[in-house]
Amino acid sequence: MDPVISVGNLWKVFGSNASQVVASDELKSLPRQELMERTGAVAAVRGVDFDVAPGEMFVVMGLSGSGKSTLVRCLTRLVEPTAGTIMFEGENILDADAKRLRDLRRNKFSMVFQHFGLLPHRTVADNVGYGLEIRGVPRAKRGERSQEVIDLVGLTGYEKSYPDQLSGGMQQRVGLARALAGDPDVLFFDEPFSALDPLIRRDMQSEVIRLHREVGKTMVFITHDLSEALKLGDRILIMRDGQVVQVGTGDELVGAPADDYVRDFVKDVPRSHVLTLKWIMRPPRPDEELDGPELAPETVVREAVRSVLSADKPVKVVQNGELLGVVADEEILGVVAGEA
Amino acid sequence: MVAVAAPRQLPRKPLILAGIVLAWLVLWLVFRNVGTLPLDASALTPLHRMINELNDAVGASRNSNPLFLYFFNEIRLVIDEFVTFVQALIAQPSFGRPVPVIGWLGVVAIAGFVSLVVAGWRVALLAVAGFVFLGLQGLWQESMDTLSLTLAAVVISLLFGIPLGIWAGLSDRANRVMQPVLDFMQTMPTFVYLAPLTLFFLIGPASATIATLIYAAPPAIRITAHAIRSVPHNTVEASESLGATRKQTLLKVLLPSARKTIVLGVNQTIMAALSMVTIAALIDAPGLGKTVVKALQTLDVGTAFNAGLAIVVLAIVLDRVTTAATERRKLPRWALFGGLGVTGVCVYLSYTYLWAAEFQSDVEIGSSIRQGATAVTEWAQDTLPFITGGFKDFVTFALINPLQALLAESPWFLVALVIVAVSFLIGGVRSAIVSAVCLGLLVATGLWQDSMITLASTLVATIMVMILGIVVGVWMGRSRRADRFIRPILDAGQVMPAFVYLVPFLALFAASRFTAIIAAVVFAAPVAIKIIADGIRAVSPTTVEASTALGSSSWQTIVKVQLPMARGALTLAANQGLIYVLSMVVVGGLVGAGALGYDVVAGFSQGQLYGKGLAAGVAIVVLGVMLDRLTQAAAKRWTN
Repeated sequence: MDPVISVGNLWKVFGSNASQVVASDELKSLPRQELMERTGAVAAVRGVDFDVAPGEMFVVMGLSGSGKSTLVRCLTRLVEPTAGTIMFEGENILDADAKRLRDLRRNKFSMVFQHFGLLPHRTVADNVGYGLEIRGVPRAKRGERSQEVIDLVGLTGYEKSYPDQLSGGMQQRVGLARALAGDPDVLFFDEPFSALDPLIRRDMQSEVIRLHREVGKTMVFITHDLSEALKLGDRILIMRDGQVVQVGTGDELVGAPADDYVRDFVKDVPRSHVLTLKWIMRPPRPDEELDGPELAPETVVREAVRSVLSADKPVKVVQNGELLGVVADEEILGVVAGEA
Repeated sequence: MVAVAAPRQLPRKPLILAGIVLAWLVLWLVFRNVGTLPLDASALTPLHRMINELNDAVGASRNSNPLFLYFFNEIRLVIDEFVTFVQALIAQPSFGRPVPVIGWLGVVAIAGFVSLVVAGWRVALLAVAGFVFLGLQGLWQESMDTLSLTLAAVVISLLFGIPLGIWAGLSDRANRVMQPVLDFMQTMPTFVYLAPLTLFFLIGPASATIATLIYAAPPAIRITAHAIRSVPHNTVEASESLGATRKQTLLKVLLPSARKTIVLGVNQTIMAALSMVTIAALIDAPGLGKTVVKALQTLDVGTAFNAGLAIVVLAIVLDRVTTAATERRKLPRWALFGGLGVTGVCVYLSYTYLWAAEFQSDVEIGSSIRQGATAVTEWAQDTLPFITGGFKDFVTFALINPLQALLAESPWFLVALVIVAVSFLIGGVRSAIVSAVCLGLLVATGLWQDSMITLASTLVATIMVMILGIVVGVWMGRSRRADRFIRPILDAGQVMPAFVYLVPFLALFAASRFTAIIAAVVFAAPVAIKIIADGIRAVSPTTVEASTALGSSSWQTIVKVQLPMARGALTLAANQGLIYVLSMVVVGGLVGAGALGYDVVAGFSQGQLYGKGLAAGVAIVVLGVMLDRLTQAAAKRWTN
């Protein structure tokens, strides 16, 4: 399937001499700190490449200062990228003029912000309808559509409230509804739940998973929280100092970290919750009997524990009738014990 | 770099400072009354004569020079027309009628209705009562003149101020250009631009309105820009991410979010305009200010008090209405149309019938107020002199006289040397250069000794402001209850136009330097107190708690923790106090402050002193710039 978004060699350099920096291979190869000392420029995003498939939940994860927020702003050109390409449905967004860009923002993608960005002088319904209003949608139709998305995010009954009368979680639901109201193809989330309490954050994460399932939209989600990334992401991109360190599914990151940075990152993740059997299976030994139970390679370790430990023979990992390997007590216990 | 070196040098600085002062005292004894550059009240320097000639030349070419014909005269004409129009509506007989178009009943009704719409019925009631009170005082026409000029100036200020403010709010470059200009306009003592303006726009309502504009527009620009800038970035970004155009973001996000703050700016503009319109009486602006000035000049406290009271009433009404307007409210439809109907009828009646046009009342309370005020004054002057006189004598002999003697009786180069040295100690080479340039300009104005006398009074007033500020500010900062009680009084004090302060003190202390100083202190104290109170309150409660836990007494906590930690606020208070005190110098000139203040006032009234008055105005500005730079340098060093 063709990707919805395809980012190629994207650079964002802050500073008056930004274009010189990206024009020079030598400067581009310098580490951030050194570049700053030599030119005064700050390279926030450095040669980032990735694709997002239609309907995918793509998570960009990094610590503060890693450039992830700048990256997501580059995708909608809220921050103007310095160099590179951003192909969106076959069109390079960087070539769009102001009018085309506005059209794209009005119809194709929308964004949910960390600090909500709601208009304090408007009611919930008017906040949700704001995007439609600036498109010129007539009032009656606007009201109808607003009500739909308000119901969708579970804010029914709060239409007439003002943002300052709502809790943080509810305010972010308004932000979510506003983003959904224009029926965009892609939703961008910029650390939307970082400002929320842990319990509410969990609720909102489930809410996003539910919405993703129901509306099936492509989503790009920025976070600094690894467990949030693992919980939501179909694939996760780890960023550090403006560069991509690794892109992969959750079990790939945990099972095969690209470098020590990622390894250190995923160290505290409960591995049995993330790893699948394909990461711990081994070839059968010659003396082993191969008539035990069968499991698929995508089975998460946690869910295989009971069957493996209760079987008196190694469990076979089988895909399409082909034997990929076996898992026995010691492999399972290795993962589970490693966590303690 | 200076800041880095500061901690090492600091302990030695007080010693050096003490050494400088000691050397000054010794040299003062030796060189007393040598090279003090005095100038008699009626004496002029060549510079003053030159300005006089310039004034005459400008006067002669006013109707021939193209710059005047096509620029200044045009501006004056447009503004004059506008002011005359507003006056014709509510204040002056016009259009061949013996009375204004809208008589008192109509004005009261309109005031009530507008207040009802923007501020609710309580404030509307206050507005109606206030306006009727103005009539009962026998000052209807004067009040309406003042109101006309204020409204005209406010309309023009906002016409320019709000768009400029929006521009400065949106564009960093525009903001960078405007900020220093606004800073300068606001640090410049209020009354000094009156004289140069008369050079270009003659005396009268047009000059008064332009002076008022200069004073009243900066708050509107500044607050609007601030309001636009403080709309959270993420709100603007969210709007952009939804594909809003710049115009949509401005109209639907920025302006609505900034509305409340912008209305606050309108409030500030109105209050500043009212204050300045009364001061502009010095250049022949009609209205209540003129009544006050005339009464002050003849020491008629009763009349001055009556007119001053009218200014206060007007100020309170305007302030309450615009403050209440920051809250959004919706009037029921019936009230809106009912009010509109009643107002229409009242306006019609006041247009048609004399009883509704001219305020004539059997219950004239103006004369009773005048007599009462005069009686109280006489009683106070007869019975209180041992208290008021004692206080006055103490301050005069213990503070004003020695300081004035030291500053005004030292040779000018000695004073200049001391000031430059102190500037160097406080702010390094840059401050020293700024002070040296300012001192050179003071010498050039030919008014050195007058400047030193004014400087002495200013310093005494500032010291008193700081004492008051620290005592009351610390009290307010430490006690919520004190704050709740005192703050509204301070707010009310700040709303009052500067003139009004003079009246009661003139009654108590008669015309003297001391009266002017006290009026300046009362004018400047609220600002200083508020800044210090906020500074004390901003000291982290944890630190105070820690100090208490270590067993400090309240006194120790104040002296060792709260005041040192609020020192940024203290220097800011000193800076603002100085500026406010300086801006009262000219007003003080009306009640016996002498020196620069008197020079400016005399320059307005006597043609041959025009140049000297202008030079005195410049001298006040130069003093202001020097003291402002010095206190800011001190503030910077202290807060770093």
